[in-house]
Amino acid sequence: MFDYETLRVIWWALLGTLLIGFAVMDGFDFGIAALLRVLARTDDERLVLLETIEPTWEGNQVWFILGGGAAFAAWPQLYAVSFSGMYLAIFVVLVAFIMRPVGFNFRGKIHDARWRNLWDWVLMASGVIVMLVSGVAFGNLFLGAPFQFDDNLRMTWQGGFFDLLHPFALVAGLVSLTMLLTHGACWAAYKADHVVADRAVRIARWTTLAYVVFYVLAGIWLAYGVAGYAIVGPVVTDGVSNPLHKEVAHGSSWFASYMRYPWFWAAPVLGVLGALGVQMTVGKKQLGCFVASTTMVAGTILSAGFALFPFLLPSSLDPRSSLTVWDASSSKGTLGLMLAMTLIFLPLIIIYTSWVYRVLRGRVTLEHVRQSGHTY
Amino acid sequence: MIIDPEVVTLSRMQFALTALYHFLFVPLTLGLVWILAIMESVYVMTGREVWKRMVQFWGVLFGINFAMGVATGVTMEFQFGMNWAYYAHYVGDVFGTPLAIEGLMAFFLEGTLVGLFFMGWSRISRVAHLLVTWFLALATSLSALWILIANGWMQNPVGSAFNADTMRMEVTSFAEVTFNPVAQAKFVHTVSAGYVLGSMFVLSISAWYLLRGRNVDFAKRSMTVAASFGLAAALSVVVLGDESGYAVSENQKMKMAAIEAMWETEPAPASFTLFGIPDVENRTTHYALRIPWVMGLIGTRSIDKPIPGIANLVEDTKGRIHDGILAYDAMLVLREDKNNAQAKAILAAHDKDMGYALLLKRFMDDPRHATPADIQKAADSTIPNVPVLFWSFRLMVACGFYFIALFAVMFWQASKRQLDKRRWLLKLAFWSLPLPWLAAELGWIVAEYGRQPWAIEGVLPTALGVSSVTTGQVWTSLGGFVLFYSALAIVDAALMLKYAKKGPEGLGLWPPAEPEPPVATVAAHAGV
Repeated sequence: MFDYETLRVIWWALLGTLLIGFAVMDGFDFGIAALLRVLARTDDERLVLLETIEPTWEGNQVWFILGGGAAFAAWPQLYAVSFSGMYLAIFVVLVAFIMRPVGFNFRGKIHDARWRNLWDWVLMASGVIVMLVSGVAFGNLFLGAPFQFDDNLRMTWQGGFFDLLHPFALVAGLVSLTMLLTHGACWAAYKADHVVADRAVRIARWTTLAYVVFYVLAGIWLAYGVAGYAIVGPVVTDGVSNPLHKEVAHGSSWFASYMRYPWFWAAPVLGVLGALGVQMTVGKKQLGCFVASTTMVAGTILSAGFALFPFLLPSSLDPRSSLTVWDASSSKGTLGLMLAMTLIFLPLIIIYTSWVYRVLRGRVTLEHVRQSGHTY
Repeated sequence: MIIDPEVVTLSRMQFALTALYHFLFVPLTLGLVWILAIMESVYVMTGREVWKRMVQFWGVLFGINFAMGVATGVTMEFQFGMNWAYYAHYVGDVFGTPLAIEGLMAFFLEGTLVGLFFMGWSRISRVAHLLVTWFLALATSLSALWILIANGWMQNPVGSAFNADTMRMEVTSFAEVTFNPVAQAKFVHTVSAGYVLGSMFVLSISAWYLLRGRNVDFAKRSMTVAASFGLAAALSVVVLGDESGYAVSENQKMKMAAIEAMWETEPAPASFTLFGIPDVENRTTHYALRIPWVMGLIGTRSIDKPIPGIANLVEDTKGRIHDGILAYDAMLVLREDKNNAQAKAILAAHDKDMGYALLLKRFMDDPRHATPADIQKAADSTIPNVPVLFWSFRLMVACGFYFIALFAVMFWQASKRQLDKRRWLLKLAFWSLPLPWLAAELGWIVAEYGRQPWAIEGVLPTALGVSSVTTGQVWTSLGGFVLFYSALAIVDAALMLKYAKKGPEGLGLWPPAEPEPPVATVAAHAGV
């Protein structure tokens, strides 16, 4: 139906969709978890805040699981290189992911302040860790990673955990952190009892501001302080998926694709407009603020993806080994089949997820939590 | 490059540990959710509050377990990339697809509905809630289906071919991957095992209530459901396990021979070794107690087809290693000279044996320089750990037959309405609680340890699949898993015990007050 080149572009877009889906759907859960003790001071308030995400976080997290599965299936080398290369960073994220389901479920199972405090901190830490580390990892994509392939396409990575902590990557981590804290606060403002929601409004004002500062800083840094990668020579877009068949130069600009396709600028503009929208609407404590923060999240991730295109993960050690959209994908047959599956199931997922959110609509109030004697 | 054997060992230990740990929770989810669906169906059909309370109480225990299953499942998905990067590259085109479909088709549904199962009692109608529970049950089993299609492909890699340009396996027929007979047999066997485990869980805890004379009606009803569902499941796990065994004998002859400690090919139909002490060094089984004909009948479903013994299989392997080296050599020639027709022909003829040449990589960098002694060593390395397989298999099967007997007796007692009459039976049911876990874990040991030295049978040796990580990194993560998983195991067990001991009456779910109490309160008390 589609040729190999088109399928690759579609799967690049789908990877972006899944990433945005993860950041939008799971992102506010992380934001809320990280703000748990900031937004909610008493146990009742915490029950309120947790109940705003309790019935849905599990489904939201599947965006992440699916993103991993889709990367494995559609971009196997991207999955293999990044997960094994950033081994310890990924392990830390994994631990955060392990502690979340048990944290949500176990926290309420025992009526004891120390027990609940413990799980509060666990949930907060897991939220901060995932937001920060995924941002840092994303930042490293622009810097290039120290890996190379041998002739059998076995990858070696020369660097450890601390090599990931380049100042630019740290700023990217802060972009991610402040962006998703804002996103979580917007959800709390919309969904939680007014006591909690009012605190969320104040928090959101500050985190949006911080987000804009870090985002613009990262953009300027990227323009003037981080050299881009570019494929040199003929670009084969429908060749075999073997990264070693091309030449790559380091030293160009990451904004090159923005020059070529000016409409790409829509993405960063959306990111900043979203932040502005949050400032304007958060005080109303309605869905509008969450829509604005969603726009901000989507715009930010798109802007990064556009800059990187066609690179998925450049190599600083051996630029030729860089993974690009044109040479790191699965076979044509697999991409086609997976696309068909996605076209069937993604709409279904959206339908039943929307139904669940509709069933659970309405603000979670302190009164409700006290009445139902919630023993989370 | 030569692969660090210590990284291989550590990575395997970590994978085995995390997979076996994950599977402590998965089968309980698989089984218990159907029991909840059955109970809730009775509730909706009869409108009797009792049944709803049963769903809610067992639902609390389900929830604790579900969280652990989700938490430990993430590890499995991460680990292929973290520790088995070359594996992920080499087979991602085939193996990644069922995993992604699992997410799209099953896990999304499961994750989205589970919240409504707990919090939806007061928000949606009875029938809508019942549908949620049924779809939740369906989604968990679908989830198992796709995972086992992925795993079945590791045992029997159909529908795919090696591509020398990309240095990996690629899909040639996704239908073959999906309808892989090994995967289908494994799926039904594995979910049945989960149903047995879920039934035993309900049966044992209910037996404990009856022994204490607590909430007798509640316990008896729960037990009746568990005994009926458990009997059907136990029968199917053994019958379908046999199907699984047949599928193994068709394409994993070495695993079959190791399970049977069958060192030499016997004249057909082979006998079944009921008991014996396998002696690896001398390649013989001492004190063997053999039942004539049985193995031949199970393994080949005929009386004239022989089942090859280990020694013969090693000889066959040597031949395949030779062919594999030819393919490997042709691949390297083609890398320099794309259009070499002779090399192309050789590769096409022997690429199915490429994996056998890769077996040599454990001992040398370049398989082309292998001496006959190296080839012998590589061929010998295809023999799995015979005593472990021999005993694991027998213990598992013994458990399976015991489950049939126990559930049959309990079913009989239930139909005579005498469940609380014989205390020794209740004690037996209570103390049988750990057995399905033991059987399930042994089953995985047989399936996966028995697949060694292959990650993908005949295609990719396990040792070659590892990432280029350091021992320090793997020690760190392994240590972390031991630490976190032990802590979580303690918390999980403590919570399970606490809530099982509390019982439905401790959670305010029993006895059901008449008229019906406000629904929201009940759900809340269940602490979900």
